[in-house]
Amino acid sequence: MGHSESELLDVERIREDFPILQREFDGEQVVYLDNAATTQTPEPVVETIADYYRTTNANVHRGLHQLSQEASVAYENAHDRVAEFIGASGEREEIIFTKNTTESENLVAYAWGLNELGPEDEVVLTEMEHHASLVTWQQIAKKTGATCRYIRVDEDGTLDMDHAREIITDDTAMVSVVHVSNTLGTVNPVSELADIAHDHDSYIFVDGAQSVPNRPVDVEEIDADFLAFSGHKMAGPTGIGVLYGKKHLLEEMEPYLYGGEMIKKVTFEDATWNDLPWKFEAGTPVICQGIALAEACDYLDDIGMERIQRHEEQLAQYALEQLQDEGDVDIYGPAAGTERGGLVAFNLESVHAHDLSSILNDSAVAIRAGDHCTQPLHDKMGVPASARASFYIYNTKEEVDKLVDAIDDARQLFA
Amino acid sequence: MGIGGSDMYRQQILDHYKNPRNYGEIEDPTFTHIGENPMCGDEIRMDVVLDESEETIERVAFQGDGCAISQASASMLSQELAGMAVEDLQAMDRDDITDMLGVDISPMRVKCAVLAEKVAQDGAEIYFGEKDIDRTTTEDDD
Ligand SMILES: Cc1ncc(COP(=O)(O)O)c(C=O)c1O
Repeated sequence: MGHSESELLDVERIREDFPILQREFDGEQVVYLDNAATTQTPEPVVETIADYYRTTNANVHRGLHQLSQEASVAYENAHDRVAEFIGASGEREEIIFTKNTTESENLVAYAWGLNELGPEDEVVLTEMEHHASLVTWQQIAKKTGATCRYIRVDEDGTLDMDHAREIITDDTAMVSVVHVSNTLGTVNPVSELADIAHDHDSYIFVDGAQSVPNRPVDVEEIDADFLAFSGHKMAGPTGIGVLYGKKHLLEEMEPYLYGGEMIKKVTFEDATWNDLPWKFEAGTPVICQGIALAEACDYLDDIGMERIQRHEEQLAQYALEQLQDEGDVDIYGPAAGTERGGLVAFNLESVHAHDLSSILNDSAVAIRAGDHCTQPLHDKMGVPASARASFYIYNTKEEVDKLVDAIDDARQLFA
Repeated sequence: MGIGGSDMYRQQILDHYKNPRNYGEIEDPTFTHIGENPMCGDEIRMDVVLDESEETIERVAFQGDGCAISQASASMLSQELAGMAVEDLQAMDRDDITDMLGVDISPMRVKCAVLAEKVAQDGAEIYFGEKDIDRTTTEDDD
């Protein structure tokens, strides 16, 4: 086929930063196509982590000694770097480091939702929501008496925007939507949804877990009130997630976790809260992970987020075309030729997704099979599980070809 | 060999998956039971006929839907169970199932492999009044 490089990214060069991609299983080099679950970590980020522990490790904020000061400055600056990455002009005050997207969702659900929602309120979600937001708001609704409503997903895998306009009303207190669906690959019109939400005095929470890693995201352009994403899906380490929130909202919100670091003054009777963002970072925070995430932002910006987006789109479109040609593959989400994130979920008619994933593993092709934490969406699609290939900056068209060949092996085996 | 790929899909398993034995329903079974593996969406229904003494299994039929491992396992078990003492069914564990399948099942897929066995065992226990559940799910046991 000869497409050894994308026209956009110097993939060969990028791959040198990811030694894990050289691993072989039974003589087969790994083809890592499970990036929507977790991306691999480039050398500069691994080095940052190692360097931090070799040279700078100390607790932050409360130390007056040199190491603590250095660690504090690096950790605090990491917030500014992440703010810049997503266009948050409020800098560190609008960036809270959490464990992952899920914790960021829970933070807002507990700190805001539990206190503000009541039986007259509605939370509007989408049918393609990840369990991280769906389950969280469902439970908060149960506790507060609020109602969850779901924007319909059309046959073509896009949101029914007429339905969105119908169910987002003056009763809506929060609209929580996934930016790029981790199952369908759909890119949702989040700024349009933000406008609709704001017209009804509702807030909007954007789940950016599958968008921030692979396309330019500007929270102020979207006009998101909150945005969440995870470091481990964007070339960063596990154990760090981000919650962006508009400063005035974060100021009004009560803390979610209590303890050290998040307080200003404590007596036996009461306590007052620290400034943003520390008010929401109780206890010793994710210091090394935060610093490493800032490095991952540098790494991705050096490549260029627009180019990353186009590279992923190319791979996804190429995979769609290859799979569509086969005739016995059901593909979920927007059809080839329409805008999409860098992932493709599908089912082979004759082979269960779990069998397929196990068989692909024999060719060292790593994909995911399951419900991808979107069970209600899978119920709607009428399948218990699907296979999903998802791409990142180091994937190539050859790897998509290997995927297609390995799928063919499975087809033969089950024929 | 691989860590659980097509090694898991030896000829015998594929054969049972493609041509399941004892597939269907039994007119008047002694008991019927259904179970599922929510993660995979595997589902199996087993009809079991006991002999007059109610100590020995005479005949088994199954119906189901799901991955190759779960369905092949049900097909093979349906053969194995015919003529087996109920007591011996109750004593079966996951090692017996891997022995029966004749391949190593990767850890993530063990639930698929043991679904049929759990359904048969729970069905018997319910029939003899030792258990009170509606459906078996493989999530419950580990
Ligand atoms: C769209 C979406 N939201 C939320 C999450 C949850 O991310 P995490 O597991 O890092 O909290 C994921 C990843 O699985 C995702 O794809």
